[in-house]
Amino acid sequence: MQPITMTAAQIADAVAQGQISAREVAQAHFDQIASVDTELNAFLTLDTEGALAAADAIDSARADGEKLPALAGVPLALKDIIVTKDVETTAASKILKGWVPPYDATIVRKMRAAGIVVLGKTNLDEFAMGSSTENSAFGATRNPWDRTRTPGGSSGGSSAAVAGYEAPLAIGTDTGGSIRQPAAVTGIVGHKPTYGAVSRYGLIAFSSSLDQAGPFGRTVLDAALLHEAIAGHDPADSTSLTAPAPDVVAAAREGADADLTGLTVGVVTELGGAGYEAGVSAAVAATIAQLSNAGAKVVEISCPSFDYALGAYYLIAPSEASSNLAKFDAVRFGLRVGDNGVASLEEVMSQTRDAGFGAEVKRRIILGTYALSSGYYDAYYGQAQKVRTLISRDFSKAFEQCDVLVSPTSPTVAFPLGERVDDPMAMYAADLCTLPASLAGTPAISVPCGLSEGLPVGLQVMAPAFADDRCYRVAAAVETLTTAALGKPLLAHSTF
Amino acid sequence: MTVAHAPSYESAMSSYEPVIGLETHVELGTRTKMFCGCPTEFGAEPNTQICPVCLGLPGALPVANAAAIEATIRIGLALNCEIASWSRFARKNYFYPDMPKNFQTSQYDEPLCVNGYLDVVLDGETVRVEIERVHLEEDTGKSLHVGGSTGRIHGATHSLVDYNRAGIPLVEIVTKPVAGAGANAPQVAKAYVTELRDVIRALGVSDVRMEQGSMRCDVNTSLNRPGAQWGTRTETKNVNSLRSVERAVHSEIIRQAGLLDAGERIIQETRHFHEDTGQTTSGRSKEEATDYRYFPEPDLVPLAPDAAWVESLKATIPEPPSVRIRRLQEAWGLTDHEMSSIVNAGAVELITATVESGATVEAARKWWLGELARRANAQDVELEQLSITPAHVAELQALVDAGRINDKLARQALEGVLAGEGSPEQVVAARGLEVVSDSGALGAAVDAAIADNPDIAAKIRDGKLAAAGALVGAVMKSTKGQADAKTVRELILSKLS
Repeated sequence: MQPITMTAAQIADAVAQGQISAREVAQAHFDQIASVDTELNAFLTLDTEGALAAADAIDSARADGEKLPALAGVPLALKDIIVTKDVETTAASKILKGWVPPYDATIVRKMRAAGIVVLGKTNLDEFAMGSSTENSAFGATRNPWDRTRTPGGSSGGSSAAVAGYEAPLAIGTDTGGSIRQPAAVTGIVGHKPTYGAVSRYGLIAFSSSLDQAGPFGRTVLDAALLHEAIAGHDPADSTSLTAPAPDVVAAAREGADADLTGLTVGVVTELGGAGYEAGVSAAVAATIAQLSNAGAKVVEISCPSFDYALGAYYLIAPSEASSNLAKFDAVRFGLRVGDNGVASLEEVMSQTRDAGFGAEVKRRIILGTYALSSGYYDAYYGQAQKVRTLISRDFSKAFEQCDVLVSPTSPTVAFPLGERVDDPMAMYAADLCTLPASLAGTPAISVPCGLSEGLPVGLQVMAPAFADDRCYRVAAAVETLTTAALGKPLLAHSTF
Repeated sequence: MTVAHAPSYESAMSSYEPVIGLETHVELGTRTKMFCGCPTEFGAEPNTQICPVCLGLPGALPVANAAAIEATIRIGLALNCEIASWSRFARKNYFYPDMPKNFQTSQYDEPLCVNGYLDVVLDGETVRVEIERVHLEEDTGKSLHVGGSTGRIHGATHSLVDYNRAGIPLVEIVTKPVAGAGANAPQVAKAYVTELRDVIRALGVSDVRMEQGSMRCDVNTSLNRPGAQWGTRTETKNVNSLRSVERAVHSEIIRQAGLLDAGERIIQETRHFHEDTGQTTSGRSKEEATDYRYFPEPDLVPLAPDAAWVESLKATIPEPPSVRIRRLQEAWGLTDHEMSSIVNAGAVELITATVESGATVEAARKWWLGELARRANAQDVELEQLSITPAHVAELQALVDAGRINDKLARQALEGVLAGEGSPEQVVAARGLEVVSDSGALGAAVDAAIADNPDIAAKIRDGKLAAAGALVGAVMKSTKGQADAKTVRELILSKLS
C-alpha cells in the first residue's frame, strides 16, 4: 500500500510493527507535496529537516526496542496559526511574515509526545478570518476535487492537504466553522471540540471565546485518534476544561457498526430549506433516512434563536479580534513599516498595520472597534452575548428531546474561487450552519455524507457540551452508511 | 491661555469648597507576576524577567495569580469593603508601546471589592474616607527615552522599553469623592494616603514605597462655590510622596481658584505634578474621553470567591492603624496633641520601633520630632527616608543615658550615622566622640584651667560658686566638648573647696 493513501491508524500500526519506517512515510508525503502543492498551495512552510529528524528519532527508538507512542510516525499538516518553536508562524498575514516563535503551542508539544511528525504549516484565511482561504496574504489554496474551487476556510490549507493526500492528519482551528466547513467541501472529517477541551495556549487568538483547535482526518477513527492526542486540561489555558475527556476513539469504533438503536437524532428546522443547494439538501435527507434505517429515531426540532447566530457572531468575533490583534503594532515582533528615524511611534504603528493587515482583517477590526465603543457596547456586544445565551438555551432544550442534532455542514458545496471575494455577506453565509455550536461552545463534527454534482457534501452532527464522543459515534455510523451507499469511501470518488 | 492671578490659599478657601478623590495604585509583593510565572524582583537587568505571556507574544494566554487575588481581597477587607461573590477581569484597550498586548487586563464593572471606608485621624478628629472600589490589574512596562536632554519623549532620538514590570500585579484603590474637608483637604488627602499605606504595609502584601513606585497616587481635585454643584475636576498624576499628595492638592486648589476668580472654566484634564516647583502642569485633555472599549476578558474565567474562604481571610486582617494609634496613645500616656504631632510627622512606626529597641517614649519622641524632623525638613524628605533606623536612635539614646556622650556629642554622632558612617557606637568610636571620663586626664584639664585662671579660682575658694561656670567652660573648650559638664563642675568644686 502507498504510504500516502494509508490512514493514520494504519501508518501507526505499520510503523510500530516495523513494516515501514517513519522516515519512508514522511518522505512519501514530502514527495506528494512536491508533486501537487504548487497547484494546491496548501502549505506555507515545510519543515523538512525537523520532520525527517523526528521520523528518524522514532525509527531509532523502535530499533532500540522502545515502546512507541500511539501515533508514532504519523505525518500531520499544521494550520499556520498554531505557534511552533523555531518554525516561522505567520497566521497567513504579512504583519507576521518572518516571525519565528520562541515557544511551542501546548498541542504541538502534545502531538510531538504522541509521536506525530509535523510536516509543515498550512495556509489559511489571514488570522482565520474567512471561509475560502482566499484571504491569505500568500495566495489562495485550491480544492483537490476541483482546482477552480475553494477548499473552504479558514482552515483550507489543512483540509486540502488531507484531501490531497499530502498528510493523513491535519490540525485546524474553528471559530465559526473553520474546521467543519472546509472538511465538508473537501470530503473529509473535521471536528470542533467542546470549547475548552483542547488547549488554546499557542493558538494565535482571533476570537478568544470561540476559538478551538481540532482534528482533520480522512476517516472518523483518524480524527478521533488525533483528538485524543491533543485534548486534555492545560494549566496554561484558564479556559481549559478540567473534566476528563470522553473516549472518542472508543466511540468512533463503536459507531462504525452503524447500529443506532436507541439513539434519537434531531433535525434542526432552521438549518435547511430555502437558500440551501438542492444537491446538499438531498444528500443530507438521504443520510437522515439511512440513520433512521440504522435504528435511530428521527425528530424535527426547532431552534428559533439559530436565526440570529450570524448577526451575533459578526459582533462578538470582530469585537474580540479588534482587541486580540492590537498587539500587532511593530514594537516587539513582525513587520515594521515607516521607521525612518523621523516618523512618530503612532505613524509607524499606523503604517505597519495599514501595510500588514489585509482587507478582511481591517474590516473586522473596524467593525469590532465600533461595536465595543462607548455608547454602542450594550446595543451590539452586550446584545450579541444575550443572543448567545438564547442559542445555548435552544441547544439545552433540544438535547432534552434528542441525543444529537444534525444539519448540513454548509448550505453549498465548494464554491468557485473568486465568486464571493467581493461579497462579504455571501462569504459569511457559508458559516450559517456551523455558527450556533461555535456560539454555544458545544462540540460538532462534519462527516462526508454524499455527493452533489460530483462534489462532496458534509453532514454536521452536534452534541451537548462535553459529549464529543456522541459526535464521533454518529459520524462513524454515517461513514459506514455512506461508504455502503456509494460503493466505496466518498473520498475515493475524487478524481485527484 | 490667560494666566490667571493666583490667589492666596486662604482667599481661595474663603470663596470655594474643594472636593477631592484619590486613586491609588499599589504593586503587590507577590513572588510572581499577575498572569505568568515570571519573577517580580525590583531592579533586575532590563528584559530579564519576561516570557511569552508578559511580552504579549501571539498565542500566549494569561493565568491569574491566586496569591494576588487573595492579597486584593485582604486589602478590601482591611478597607471594610464588600467582597464580590462574582467578579471578572476586563480588557482596557489602548495603544502604548510599553503595554505588550495594547490592552491592559484590568477590572471594570465587576471589581473584587466595593463600598468600603477608611477612617483617618486628623488633629485628633476622625475623618471617614469612603472607598468606591478595590480592583486588581496588571502593570505596564517602562519606557526610557534616549537622546533628548529631558528624558522625555519629545526630543528623544529613540525609546527603549523594559518589560520587567509588565504584568506585575497592581491593586487600584479608588475613593468616593471626599467633600466637606474644607481648608483641610490637602491634609486629609495626605492622611488618607498615609493611613492606606500603613494599612497595606501592616497586611504585608506590598512594600508600598512611593519613591520606588510600588505605591502611586493620582489626585482628583475640584472647587465649587459653597452650596453650588461640584466643579469640573482635574486628575493630577506623578504624585510620588506623601508630602507631594498634600502639596499637589494645595497647589491645584490655588490654581483652580485663580482661574475661577478670573471667570474662566476648569478644563477636565490630566495634570502632572512637579516635585521641584510644587506646581502642576497640563497633560492630556480628558474632555474627549478616551474610549477604552472595556469588555470582559475572554481568556480568563470569572472569579467567584468562596464566602467561607473570605470569612477565614478576615481573621488575617491586622488591627486598623487608627485603632492602633488610640491604643498606643493610651499606652504611651500622651495627650491628643502630642499623639497627633507624631501622626502628622509620619513617625508612628518609627517611634514604635524605637521604643521596641529599648528607648523611652520621651526619648524617641525627642529625637524623631526634634533633631531628625529638622533634618528631614531641611532635606525635603520624609522622616523614614533619612538613613537612620529606629534601632540606631535607641542606641544613640542609650549612649547618652550611660553618660558616654552628651547631647552635643550625640548630635555629632547622629550626623555620622546619617552620613552613612555606621551605627552610633561605630561613629562614636571612629570619630573619638566619647566624653572624657578618665579622671586622670580630666583632672589634669581641671588643674590647668585653675592654674590659668587664678582670679576665678580665688573667687570660688571664697564661696562664689557661680564663678565655677567660667572654669567649666574653659575645661569644655580644652577637651573639645568631650567632657561631661556636670562631672567637670563637681571636680572643680572639690579641688577648690
